[in-house]
Amino acid sequence: MTGRRGIPHIAVDSCKGCALCVSVCPESVLTIDDARVNLKGYYPVSVEAVENCIACLSCALICPDVVFTIERVVDQQGG
Amino acid sequence: MSVIFSKTSGLTETATHYCPGCTHGIAHRLVAEVLEELGLLGETIGCASVGCSILSYNYLNVDMIECSHGRAPAVATGIKRTVPEKTVFTYQGDGDLASIGTAEIVHAAHRGENITVIFVNNAIYGMTGGQMAPTTLAGQKTTTAPEGRQPEFSGLPLKMSEMLAQVPSASYVERVSLHHPKYIRKAKKAVLRAFTCQMEHRGFSLVELLSTCPTGWGLDPIDSLEWLEANMIPYYPLGVFRAPEEV
Amino acid sequence: MKGNEALALAAIHGGCTHFFGYPITPQNEIPEFLARELPKAGGLFLQAESEIAAVNMLYGAAAAGARAMISSSSPGLALMQEGISMLAATEIPCVIVNVMRGGPGLGGIQPAQSDYFQMTRGGGNGDYRIISLAPATLQESAEMMQEAFALAQKYRTPVFIVSDGMLGQMMEPVELNKSRSKERVAEQPWILTGHHNNRSPRTIKSLRLDPAELEIHNLRLQEKYKRISQAEVRFEAYREVDAELLFCAFGSTARIVKNSVDDLHQKGYRAGLIRPQTLWPFPALAFRSLPKSCRSVICVEMNCGQMLDDVKLAVEGRVPVHFYGRCGGMIPEPEELTARALDILSGDSQ
Repeated sequence: MTGRRGIPHIAVDSCKGCALCVSVCPESVLTIDDARVNLKGYYPVSVEAVENCIACLSCALICPDVVFTIERVVDQQGG
Repeated sequence: MSVIFSKTSGLTETATHYCPGCTHGIAHRLVAEVLEELGLLGETIGCASVGCSILSYNYLNVDMIECSHGRAPAVATGIKRTVPEKTVFTYQGDGDLASIGTAEIVHAAHRGENITVIFVNNAIYGMTGGQMAPTTLAGQKTTTAPEGRQPEFSGLPLKMSEMLAQVPSASYVERVSLHHPKYIRKAKKAVLRAFTCQMEHRGFSLVELLSTCPTGWGLDPIDSLEWLEANMIPYYPLGVFRAPEEV
Repeated sequence: MKGNEALALAAIHGGCTHFFGYPITPQNEIPEFLARELPKAGGLFLQAESEIAAVNMLYGAAAAGARAMISSSSPGLALMQEGISMLAATEIPCVIVNVMRGGPGLGGIQPAQSDYFQMTRGGGNGDYRIISLAPATLQESAEMMQEAFALAQKYRTPVFIVSDGMLGQMMEPVELNKSRSKERVAEQPWILTGHHNNRSPRTIKSLRLDPAELEIHNLRLQEKYKRISQAEVRFEAYREVDAELLFCAFGSTARIVKNSVDDLHQKGYRAGLIRPQTLWPFPALAFRSLPKSCRSVICVEMNCGQMLDDVKLAVEGRVPVHFYGRCGGMIPEPEELTARALDILSGDSQ
């Protein structure tokens, strides 16, 4: 897929594991990582399929704890 | 590559005490982003009100004052009338604004105070443990309405935005929702309009943000978003209830 | 000049810049006067929707650096107590006038001193004290009003002016000290100004969820109250040096007591008066070193015996403490006081 692509960066220890981001991500980029526990004691969100990210910002917009920083990648063929 | 979203400098580094999935964090971020974008962080005085948001002064990077339950609009009035060149806002929940503070909010609107009110409506008292609020929906169970709110006993929920829009001197009143990214973008625009309204000396502005309280509602965070959409929006319709021209 | 107007004019000369009011009798001349005159002096008068709103507007204005004041009468003061507790907790300098009337409940609108407890014991929640200045003449009302702003700033505290319906409504000549210019409140490290991106944000707050932190804050407040108790006690002693019977009365009641003291002297009895000018801090020291001649003390109030508690605590049982009070808006006549004094002096005190 060409066009808008992004990379979500996660401040893991700020996450409370509410999973709102997972629920609104249209491309299934994110998952709750129940293999680890963050400093707050939650299972934090993690990036499962970065290649699917379309930099739509949905995760960042819904996150109550501002854990996301989103980078936009400009694809060679796309805009 | 470029960063297209990062944490606003309007928020401090302190992690919020809010429960996982509570939309207070989103509301804080919208206020902080708008103040940063308008270049107002150094020129703003905020009024924190009683409820979960009492500690908002720990999270917002502006001078703030803590107010007794419901009194924030009166405190904001005193501040704004002393330093009218500063941006003054209140951040109030529904227990605070729609119950114990109805006199203060109505009369701040009545005087056309040039302040901005951020009204977080989650249809329940959060901090004190999920009691019934004037905004609690009919049938909604709370710790003080264990069988659900009975309208014939407790009345129907108050629609504050509709009420305040009727106050002759109110300037801008809009209800938005925080249950979905698309709506959060709209909510931010509303917050921006409200603060712009104040900058342009247009008088009283209020944004009601429909919010969730997963803990108080007894739902998980994602179900809470769905509950908000399915139950709150039909009763509390979104939209602009009052707007000055050209805002 | 009417007493309430003297207070209001003195407030302007004391540098008051903001007044928030709500109508209630018998203090209405204060907001009415300031609605006319404060804007002319460059200040702001705003009528609030309630006493609760007025005290919170005061809180906001003073937190933003205004020299602000409010006034009310007894039931209105009761409504303000939530805000006054907040002002004490957050240490916001401001002035609050109470033109007292009869209570409890709505009571009446005639003069009384039924708020001694309210003005010295809080009424709001928590451990706090407020400086309470109690004038007895209009001249003193004006002087105390001007001084109140200075005390408020000096100690970062609300200050009460305790007047009553009689003082508020009476006429007397007043000479105002107009030399006090309208000083702006200088920048202080707590005033909310916006942080201008050159300092960390300021917070004015009272909530301390950590018990240890709240205890530290409360003990620091107590230290301040101790300093005030040591430095700001005021009272007038009248013919007390060789008094056999010592009256204690404040405010307008003390004026009537003075007549009775003079009357008793004419009849050949040695009576004197201690008149607290600060209700808090109470002038206990005036009673700690009673003149050797003193055989008994009588507290006279326009209530059913409120300051009486403080007088008894100060006398510490050294001599009997008697009480004479009128209430409900009834004002004692000097003759009643003289008769009661004669009873006590003749040993027929029961």
